[in-house]
Amino acid sequence: MTYTQIALVAVALAALLDIFVSKTLLLRRRAFWTSYSIILPFQLLTNWWLTSRNIVMYNSRDIWGVRIAAAPVEDLLFGFALILSVLSLWVYWGRARKPN
Amino acid sequence: MRHLGYLAMLGFTVLGSFWLELVLKVRVLQRWRRVLAAILPVGVLFIFWDAYAIAQGHWHFDRAQILGLFGPFKIPVEEFLFFLIVPIAAIMTLEAVRKVKGNWSIGDEQ
Repeated sequence: MTYTQIALVAVALAALLDIFVSKTLLLRRRAFWTSYSIILPFQLLTNWWLTSRNIVMYNSRDIWGVRIAAAPVEDLLFGFALILSVLSLWVYWGRARKPN
Repeated sequence: MRHLGYLAMLGFTVLGSFWLELVLKVRVLQRWRRVLAAILPVGVLFIFWDAYAIAQGHWHFDRAQILGLFGPFKIPVEEFLFFLIVPIAAIMTLEAVRKVKGNWSIGDEQ
């Protein structure tokens, strides 16, 4: 699978986690989208740092080719999937078993 | 200094978010067990993704701009830190939004 394909699957899995597994429905909450809109500019900035300086390099065969702030657009899907799934579990543990 | 290139990005992320713990008192680090319970299952999957992507050559790292320490699957230590620090920063952001917007539910309210 290419980076593009895996990134799309990851976003879909994160959404399924949020909606059907942990049932946190963050995708429908203002608090989530506000948080994401704060995180996104920082992600673009750090992505730009890592990619424009060639700290991380991508094989052009495995990406779509569209770049935002020097980084493949797939990185935004990667970040979104990571953030949504972690925040969904964070909320889940906050109301379920209270590990803390 | 060049080998600190990736680490600098992680330091920036810590600087940009961990002050919320002190100023807004988001109490995320205090709830470290819940933090780990949220991050570990996701982190493991992303580490596998990283391992696959590195093995397939989807991405690779400039040896001159990383510390040069590697964990399992030839993954640079910075990547492991990334999957710890970035999720913590995201959780702190969500908790900060909750703190500022007291009436916005995130779903774990009693």
